[in-house]
Amino acid sequence: MSIKSRIDRIDLRPFRFWFQLAAFIFLVYGGHLAIDLGNSLPTFSCGYNRDGTAGTCYLLPLQHQLAQPWSRLFSPAGLTVLTGFGLFILWFMVLNKAWCGYVCPLGTIQDWITGLRKRLGIPYSNYSDDHFNKLKYIKYFLLLALIFIPLAIGGQFLSHDWGVPFCKICPARMIIPAFNGDFRQWAIDFSNDTKMWLTALGMFITGLFLVGSFIKKRFFCFFCPMSAFHFIFSKLSILKLKKDGSKCTVCGDCYRVCDMQIKPIADDIDSVDILRDDCILCLKCVAACPEEGALKVDILGKTVFEATRGGFNKRMGIEKNDN
Amino acid sequence: MTTETKIEFREIEDSQQRHVRHQGMEAMQVLDVIEKDFSENPKAMQYFYDLFRDVYCNGIKPHPGKEMIGTMCVQVPDEIIYAAGGVPVRMCNGFYTDEEVGAEFMPAKSCSLVKASLGMLKSKTNPYSDGIKTIVNPTTCDQKKKSAGIMKEMGYNVYDMELPPVKESEIGREYWRRSVRQFTKEVGKITGNKVTKKGLKKTISKIGRAQNAYHRLNEARKLVPLPFLGKDMFIVTNAFFFDDIDRWTLATEKLADEIDQRVIDKHNTAGKRSPRIVFTGSPPVFPNLKVPLMIEQSDAVIVADETCSSNRLLNDMVSVDEWFMYDMVDAVADRYLKSCTCPIFTMNDDRIRRLIELVRSSKADGVIYQAFAGCGVYEMEQRSVAKAMEKEGIPMLYIETDYSPSQGGQLSTRIEAFVESLKARSRRK
Repeated sequence: MSIKSRIDRIDLRPFRFWFQLAAFIFLVYGGHLAIDLGNSLPTFSCGYNRDGTAGTCYLLPLQHQLAQPWSRLFSPAGLTVLTGFGLFILWFMVLNKAWCGYVCPLGTIQDWITGLRKRLGIPYSNYSDDHFNKLKYIKYFLLLALIFIPLAIGGQFLSHDWGVPFCKICPARMIIPAFNGDFRQWAIDFSNDTKMWLTALGMFITGLFLVGSFIKKRFFCFFCPMSAFHFIFSKLSILKLKKDGSKCTVCGDCYRVCDMQIKPIADDIDSVDILRDDCILCLKCVAACPEEGALKVDILGKTVFEATRGGFNKRMGIEKNDN
Repeated sequence: MTTETKIEFREIEDSQQRHVRHQGMEAMQVLDVIEKDFSENPKAMQYFYDLFRDVYCNGIKPHPGKEMIGTMCVQVPDEIIYAAGGVPVRMCNGFYTDEEVGAEFMPAKSCSLVKASLGMLKSKTNPYSDGIKTIVNPTTCDQKKKSAGIMKEMGYNVYDMELPPVKESEIGREYWRRSVRQFTKEVGKITGNKVTKKGLKKTISKIGRAQNAYHRLNEARKLVPLPFLGKDMFIVTNAFFFDDIDRWTLATEKLADEIDQRVIDKHNTAGKRSPRIVFTGSPPVFPNLKVPLMIEQSDAVIVADETCSSNRLLNDMVSVDEWFMYDMVDAVADRYLKSCTCPIFTMNDDRIRRLIELVRSSKADGVIYQAFAGCGVYEMEQRSVAKAMEKEGIPMLYIETDYSPSQGGQLSTRIEAFVESLKARSRRK
């Protein structure tokens, strides 16, 4: 059996579990080994996890940089924003949205919570179509807010109390340092009204995150501004999720295993590049597709993993007498 | 010397016995053609030929002592019936003998298959319909839907399984899932066994294995040279209607092994220039294999099909994410709705896409579309399919037919002419 067909028959679930665990340990504890991947990572490797983090989520420096006084931001000194952004894009290009499905520590934690729910045999919930279509805009709203609020600070329209607004409400700020025993972020900042409201909202969202991801798979990812940010540049990536509509029977197997409830993965038979804004590139869809070559993952145009009948049968436990 | 004259009276048959005899003759005739008019039948096909002979000619009942549950359409989830300890048996019937009985229940211009199915349920002479108390009737086409009342009148316990008329929408999907969840509960009451997590997981895998065996055959028949004929594929899939699933799977796997060997040996069952045909439309159900047999007797070969008695029956797989009842039942529900290419749905682009894909992947030369006279939905879809085929440059023959044996000559002339035109077309290329 060739290497390629071995990969196509891979049992994705344990592979992903161990990959995510390794990535989690690396990013959350790697700092102790003096590993530093810089501060342009396209994933929630939280900067508040001071000693532990092996690299920082790009949203933290981005919000800082955009809050510079306009006189500085719009001068040659502002070019540093572009270098940070360039690095972010380079990192992003490598894995595309698989940063979410395979690397993001916050995503991994949600998958662990899902695992706990599964162990208890409690059913998951999904959004109705209607709710889905309304709620999906929240991530874009958050992305705009995390760009324009810092800009407004730099332009002196808002006070510095609004600094790094998204981090103040992001659950990663509280949850990830906690893995290093650091609970300093689990507090409401009463130094002034703005900070109080933002940190209180942050605490509320963290609670929502824990409860939400128990009920709904990858609950937070649906609202994640990083996910929206990724999507804008996803065409640049070397890693692609592709679909061959002519081979698709619209059976919906991919859609029904999708943690993010992305319906076009099944229903869209025209797009070749099938990646959607909510996608976390976990590749469960490819693993759940029984039609040879209908879904596949390409790196630099070369297929590395694709849907096969043999792989499907193996993963679904119906392999017997299969040649 | 006295001569003793012994007069023997032949026992006078009652209508029931006559029906059984006619049915047996009808089955025998078709089986003889299938078995003897073609050379190079795969050896493993003998199991299936014998199975049909046993059931229809020798009256052997296939599931002694088991609770059989009749299913009226392809959308009834077999996985769930098996998990409840029942045996699903498909009630779609192909006997002209039964159609004559069923004609009294339906308007004259209705579909042969529905009439024959009702006739079978009325006469109770079919070895596997005998003993059926419960029939699950999905709300598919109007004629099947309205059969519910007729079957109830005959004394059957009819379970109406609600199927939405639109399959693309989330409303339709949720509606069907609710239907299937409800059915999962109800079927347990009918058989007396509750559907359990463990049981359902096992039957999903059991049917998956059966599907896998089918897929192996289906992939092999797409190849050039063709390793076996389409008539045998119809016999195999028709047997799935009523055969014991474990035996069926083993027999089909054995057949697939033999076919794989034929593929390696480059064994060709087609003629030198036999056109390759994709068959679609109203389902050929044993013994009404008239049209498929005519095609293959006219030096063409059926290399793929898009019908609910074959491809649609076994094509799509169940995919489960979390092996609990809540996810498994929904997964089973999805298998029977989303990819179903039945013409009863409002839109049917999927069917056209499937046909084009089958023509491409099996290197077919043309499509033959069978519609039973009175089968409104297939008749209505003919136009859009013909248009799509024309656009793709795929020749198509549309045949309106029924179960009556009188139509033969005219039909075979049309089929032969179509086959000749395909041959001429390929010569020109």
